Amino acid sequence: MSGKNRQKGWKDIPIGGLIDKGGTAKEYKTGDWRTFCPVRDESKCINCMICWAYCPDSAIKTKDGKMTGFDLDYCKGCGICASVCPVKCIKMEKEEK
Amino acid sequence: MEKVKLVPFSGNQSAAYAMKQIEPDVVAAYPITPQTEIVMGFSQYVADGKVKTEMIPVESEHSAMSACIGASAGGARTMTATSSQGLALMWEMLYIAASTRLPIVMPVVNRALSGPINIHCDHSDTMGTRDSGWLQIYCENAQEVYESMILAVRIAEHPDIQLPVMVCQDGFITSHAVEGVQLFDDKTVKDFIGEYKPRFSLLDIEHPVTVGPLDLQDYYFEHKMQQSDAMKRTLSIIPDIFSEFEKKFGKKHNFVEGYKLEDAEVAICALSSTAGTARGVVDKLRKDGHKVGLLKPRFFRPFPKDAILKSLSKIKALAVLDRSESFSAGGGPLFTEVEAAFYNEKSNPLIADYIYGLGGRDIFEADIENVFRQLIDIAKSGKVKEKIQFIGVRE
Repeated sequence: MSGKNRQKGWKDIPIGGLIDKGGTAKEYKTGDWRTFCPVRDESKCINCMICWAYCPDSAIKTKDGKMTGFDLDYCKGCGICASVCPVKCIKMEKEEK
Repeated sequence: MEKVKLVPFSGNQSAAYAMKQIEPDVVAAYPITPQTEIVMGFSQYVADGKVKTEMIPVESEHSAMSACIGASAGGARTMTATSSQGLALMWEMLYIAASTRLPIVMPVVNRALSGPINIHCDHSDTMGTRDSGWLQIYCENAQEVYESMILAVRIAEHPDIQLPVMVCQDGFITSHAVEGVQLFDDKTVKDFIGEYKPRFSLLDIEHPVTVGPLDLQDYYFEHKMQQSDAMKRTLSIIPDIFSEFEKKFGKKHNFVEGYKLEDAEVAICALSSTAGTARGVVDKLRKDGHKVGLLKPRFFRPFPKDAILKSLSKIKALAVLDRSESFSAGGGPLFTEVEAAFYNEKSNPLIADYIYGLGGRDIFEADIENVFRQLIDIAKSGKVKEKIQFIGVRE
């Protein structure tokens, strides 16, 4: 790992696996597990919200009844949205890290 | 010179009395032969109101160590005690205590592991836990048990160590034999150990923490690195604690204790009570003009490699006495580590392993004398005929 995503080294973390404060789960971005990233063709999307209903990580973003994109902080790239999309407007593309 | 006052104490009583003076916040323990008297004795101190310790009489050793882990994570100075099968039943929790970096102190009265079932002394129980991340101090007699218990608290709780410590003594041989023990007064002991300042507490609701979370590919290795580093650092930190102990109590401690090694040509390396027997044999053979010596490692974890090498640098032939068999087909645990320590050294002695005393089989002065005589032959001939031998087993 390098650059801004670099995780802390052994000298910089509390010993013994201790988590030294509360509420840290919200800092845990499970999106970094992702290998394939969903990409939507907006022109084909019919805003049926089936992807929203199926997404196991609540990572489909919506506004005013319309699908607006993916929350990549939490999308793990499972591909369920692409699989269930009735008009096949979502493709899973290999992500370069 | 001030006359030293001795009290008649067994090894177990020494451990229990040290615990009384240390007065931990929590003791969770389960009695097991030959450790029983420690739990029994300490429970009596609790029942008599001599200590304010919260005593948890649990239903098993797995629960004992689990309760200790919980108590220690709650910020309590915590102790337990065990032997043999009890230590084996604690197994998974031993690793959790060490890797969670909880400074628990535990006297262990060495007893053979089953099976066949046996209640007498050997070191198979603690040697089996040598990779658990606990420090291990091995004691020759009741006096060492008493002093090591007090030292162990300071070592475990040192801010740069934060690791649990086992204080080992030989089952029945030390635990039940009554010897004269010099005790320190309560106040000096309390002054030396100081007030326990935990680095966190689960009960501190102002500073909520999580203890023992899932730790996967991304951080587990870093935590193991910290643990490895802490164990390595014990080698440079503990000598300071020895010096402080000496200043306070006038008693010397070290990672290893040598006896007549200065001009020795052959030596025996042995842990715990057998070192006492060997010392007598050294004296006897010295009278006959043989240059023999003894090395007693006090610590097995950390493994005091440098101290061992330094002490044995001029030895021509060395016998390592192992009171346990590790079934590696390559010798007992003390032997394999001592022998490995000499690898790549400029000069090293010829080394042989003698496995003895399993399941409490006695080792006699004559047995040790025989080992010394074999060593003298080895030094003369330059050859180790049999690398691994078993002392006292019937053909």
